[in-house]
Amino acid sequence: MSTSLIGARVQRKEDYRFLTGAGQYTDDVELPHQSYAAFVRSPHAHAVLKKVNIEKAKKAPGVLAVYTGTDLANAKVGGLPCGWLITDVKGQPMKEPPYPPLAQGKVRHVGERVAVVIAETLAQARDAAELVEVDYQVLPAVVDAAKASKGPKLHDIAPDNTCYVWALGDKAAVDAAFAKAAHVTRLDLVNNRLIPNAIEPRSANAVYSRAGDDYTLYVASQNPHVERLLMTAFVLGLPESKVRVVAPDVGGGFGSKIYLYPEDVVVTWASKQLNRAVKWTAERSESFLSDAHGRDHVTTAELALDKDGKFLAMRVQTTANLGAYLSTFASCIPTILYATLLAGQYTTPLIYCEVTSVFTNTAPVDAYRGAGRPEATYVVERLVETAAREMKLDPVEIRRRNFIRQFPYQTPVALQYDTGDYDATLDAVLKLADVAGFPSRKQQSLKSGKLRGIGYACYIEACGIAPSNVAGSLGARAGLFEAGEIRVHPTGTVTVFTGSHSHGQGHETTFAQVVAERLGLPMEAVEIVHGDTSKVLFGMGTYGSRSIAVGGTAIVKALDKIVAKGKKIAAHLMEAAESDIEYDKGVFKVAGTDKKKMFGEVAFAAYVPHNYPLDKLEPGLNENAFYDPANFTFPAGSYVCEVEVDKETGATTIAAFTAVDDFGRIINPMIVEGQVHGGLAQGIGQALTEGCRYEDSGQLVTGSFLDYCIPRAGDVPSFKLDTRETACTHNPLGVKGCGEAGAIGAPAAVMNAITDALGVKDLPMPATAQTVWRSMHKAA
Amino acid sequence: MHAFEYHRPASSKDAVSLVSKKPEGRYLAGGQSLVQAMKLRLSSPSDLIDLSALKDLTGIRTSGSTVEIGAMARHAEVAGSAEVKKAIPALAALAGTIGDRQVRHMGTLGGSLANDDPAADYPAAALGLGATIHTNKRKIEADKFFKGLYETALEPGELITSVSFPVPKRAAYMKFKNPASRFAMVGVFVADFGGKARVAVTGAGPSVFRQAEMEKALSAKFAPDSVAGIKVKPDGLNSDLHASPEYRAHLITVMARRAVEAALK
Amino acid sequence: MTIKVSMKVNGKAASAEVEARTLLVTLIRENLRLTGTHVGCDTAQCGACTVLMNGKAIKSCSIVAMQAEGAEIMTIEGVARPDGSLHPMQAAFKENHGLQCGFCTPGMVMNALDFARSHPNPTEQEVRESLEGNLCRCTGYHNIVKSIMAGAKAMGGKI
Repeated sequence: MSTSLIGARVQRKEDYRFLTGAGQYTDDVELPHQSYAAFVRSPHAHAVLKKVNIEKAKKAPGVLAVYTGTDLANAKVGGLPCGWLITDVKGQPMKEPPYPPLAQGKVRHVGERVAVVIAETLAQARDAAELVEVDYQVLPAVVDAAKASKGPKLHDIAPDNTCYVWALGDKAAVDAAFAKAAHVTRLDLVNNRLIPNAIEPRSANAVYSRAGDDYTLYVASQNPHVERLLMTAFVLGLPESKVRVVAPDVGGGFGSKIYLYPEDVVVTWASKQLNRAVKWTAERSESFLSDAHGRDHVTTAELALDKDGKFLAMRVQTTANLGAYLSTFASCIPTILYATLLAGQYTTPLIYCEVTSVFTNTAPVDAYRGAGRPEATYVVERLVETAAREMKLDPVEIRRRNFIRQFPYQTPVALQYDTGDYDATLDAVLKLADVAGFPSRKQQSLKSGKLRGIGYACYIEACGIAPSNVAGSLGARAGLFEAGEIRVHPTGTVTVFTGSHSHGQGHETTFAQVVAERLGLPMEAVEIVHGDTSKVLFGMGTYGSRSIAVGGTAIVKALDKIVAKGKKIAAHLMEAAESDIEYDKGVFKVAGTDKKKMFGEVAFAAYVPHNYPLDKLEPGLNENAFYDPANFTFPAGSYVCEVEVDKETGATTIAAFTAVDDFGRIINPMIVEGQVHGGLAQGIGQALTEGCRYEDSGQLVTGSFLDYCIPRAGDVPSFKLDTRETACTHNPLGVKGCGEAGAIGAPAAVMNAITDALGVKDLPMPATAQTVWRSMHKAA
Repeated sequence: MHAFEYHRPASSKDAVSLVSKKPEGRYLAGGQSLVQAMKLRLSSPSDLIDLSALKDLTGIRTSGSTVEIGAMARHAEVAGSAEVKKAIPALAALAGTIGDRQVRHMGTLGGSLANDDPAADYPAAALGLGATIHTNKRKIEADKFFKGLYETALEPGELITSVSFPVPKRAAYMKFKNPASRFAMVGVFVADFGGKARVAVTGAGPSVFRQAEMEKALSAKFAPDSVAGIKVKPDGLNSDLHASPEYRAHLITVMARRAVEAALK
Repeated sequence: MTIKVSMKVNGKAASAEVEARTLLVTLIRENLRLTGTHVGCDTAQCGACTVLMNGKAIKSCSIVAMQAEGAEIMTIEGVARPDGSLHPMQAAFKENHGLQCGFCTPGMVMNALDFARSHPNPTEQEVRESLEGNLCRCTGYHNIVKSIMAGAKAMGGKI
């Protein structure tokens, strides 16, 4: 097999349309008889809906309809489901309060949808939305996770606002290890709440056809099949066969577009009521208020060490904010995707983690790039670095003393790592970052009034949640496989259908490289199709860095079937035994002879089966495969961050950021580097600039880009990257996934660097200039 | 955005006469603040009187001791003007840091002063240089122009036509940006008129203000050390998510000292 | 009540009857159906709506359409050569992987075109400063900066 395409920096097939303005995002889709929706949103964080008067709005120019929660309830539209059932420490199921698409009786966060106005034009819909009169009886609110259990009750089903208390690990053994420890490092950490802010706002455009009694929903989604499944089976009570969901070009997701959102349900339902296409696109202010947020943990973490700095045990207590309602995967993020990662790259033999997840009067919280794993890495890597400082050990040395070096490795928190080489990535990053030269750079910085600090993070990630039966036993209400289909056309070109949606990751290129490589075809002969339930057989979608490991493998499995069938056809054509046929670089050959048939000839024979074993073989060349992985994949890496802090103002800049990752085998290094860059910027954003803030009353203070700071070009440096490779042992491509790594590893590296520069134990994220200045001020 | 009527008069006279008939009407200069406020439905004028066709509000003229800039001069124009760069480089530099490139292509001097955003940059230059604001009716000293939060001495319908900036011996503007909005969290403009110094602070209070203690110290000796030790009182300074009054007070001193250093370079 | 607005868009005369409150970006997207210009925020921060007006980069979400009366507008759809081949700045974005989801890309390219005209050989620092009005959430800017530096060189000061 040629290796020319795997590992090649192939330029992206999708770029031409994006660079010429020909991308088709959901808001670009304009349907015949289009109408427009505007949502009336609660200005209060917690209030009883005493009366919703829609009469004036209904009479406004251009208005087609105004609906409230009562209308949806009367029509038997259900609430939004949660996709993961967590069982608490007492064996009880988590509390699952109803999540109606339009509020019923009460509102529980600012921005919750109270009514929808649908009109001929968007301006008319927005004008009329102002005419909806809502009489609110305002209630006290609670926004902080730490205060939730004593705050005003949001849901009757959860009087103490607690969704569940969940734990992992052997508490007694961990407590015993702590009692004997030579040293204990303890940190109180806040993992700051983030607002995802993909640059394309959410959007949904639904149309109903009376002729077919069916619906088409265009929606900015990372996983159209999951969206359809949840909407039809749980909310609208429709057959899936009557709903087509199309996620066309999607302008970034980062988790926020995984979920089924109320607006998607409302426009779909309304499209039938009105027999019109109904479109809604979020204004950015609506995104801030109503997209699922991320992180928001309050944690006490402790690490027990022996006198040589060997880790003996870890004890972690976390309160996680779920917001006002359970978003689609909210419940599994601070549990299954968090506590299981607390071993990190280390041999810590005993780990206990207890998680209390609470409801508050804030937007729902769910997966955001990394989803649980950045929170875990932050706990582990802040603890490790702090322990090194407390014990006067080199932070690199303490890590080396505790690295896992034998694989497979069973952690005490359920996961089994298949492979890795943590020394390799650490060695490489120390060199690439010129850590040896740090002391002289530090002196240099001091001369210009800057404090320079260095920080490390060695992260582990678990990608592609699997296998489905294990996930199911842990509460998953969905499968976690992926589907792929290979359609070979009579002329030998190929269309690939994948359930892995692409919204920036470049699947149209990476997947085509895999297929072209495996079949020995040119890239131009391969087209990738995704994002349409009427085209793609099934899909679980794109999240958790799973696309290449799970979606890519499904494609490979289907390719294997194509080649197997091709061999049968070729054997017939060349009058040879099937077992003698070899396939290489697009050519079927009879082993040991010069007889051969090109891939295109075999494809043609399959569709024009004149000379064909019709008695033994179906015509056509089209195969699909479903792949359910045997295990997670475990990317890992080592990051080094250097910061410079302005002594006078507290302003902190990233002086250098170096990352060496092990993603297993890499298909397209150019695309992988881009993924790392983006993840690092989001991780640096979490550490330095981004922090969602609610007032105690529940008003969102950071409700626009004027107050919520996502990094700009001047806030991040050029990154230095490299990779090391240990191939994943349980998928045929040897791949692991790379989408979230940067966001997972960066926050700890940055905060370790800032605390090093300042000589303080801890500092809250985001470390804004004011926060850093206050810390220095206090120290002085 | 609420509905409104749009007008594009050909002369200042027509613009003023139009607005006098529309009590809820507003002048539209570059629109970089007004259109934003209207989009968020925070402002809902009945009429917009677009000033972009008014030739008499454009242009940059330098005499020996002053630079006069038309109210409709775009920030990019001022930033790139060879005349301004030569006469008052600090003013050109300040204009070059307002908002971002795209905003600087639309935003205007007159619009910025009339809006008097507490974190805008131009008010610091106007007050720091002791500029004179020319309107269709009168001349207003900068010291009497800025009245408070989004409040100026302009009467209803009064139109800024140009602004005259006295040319200082040296000057500089130093700004600490709000990380999110990129407006000034604290911006300090210092100007040395030879034995008489002016210091204007933006971003820190409800409106731009002069810092008397620093002016006195710099008038005595225009040197970084003159201001480096001055502790500003936080009382009355702005407080928000990004900066407390104490932090802003601290930044005023740091930015003032850095501005003096820059002016002396 | 509507009002007639006329301008030249991508070299062709364009006019529409719109409400006075119509933003330039709405006119471009809805009336002219040029959907390559995007809307990513409502506070003029993201720059996804950047177009050239009389050759200068502006945010088309921050002016009403009437402010562009009589102007020459260039959108992303007008950048490639008539034969469909990419403009050097577009090509630089492709070669340097300066885009991922593509949503901010048109605004990035339009701003870069204007910037590169006055900066034929910009430094990294200058490029990063030039992007103050454009947000990207995918790329971490690393490759956007590389793209603009390469594109600017290839343009040689001319669009």
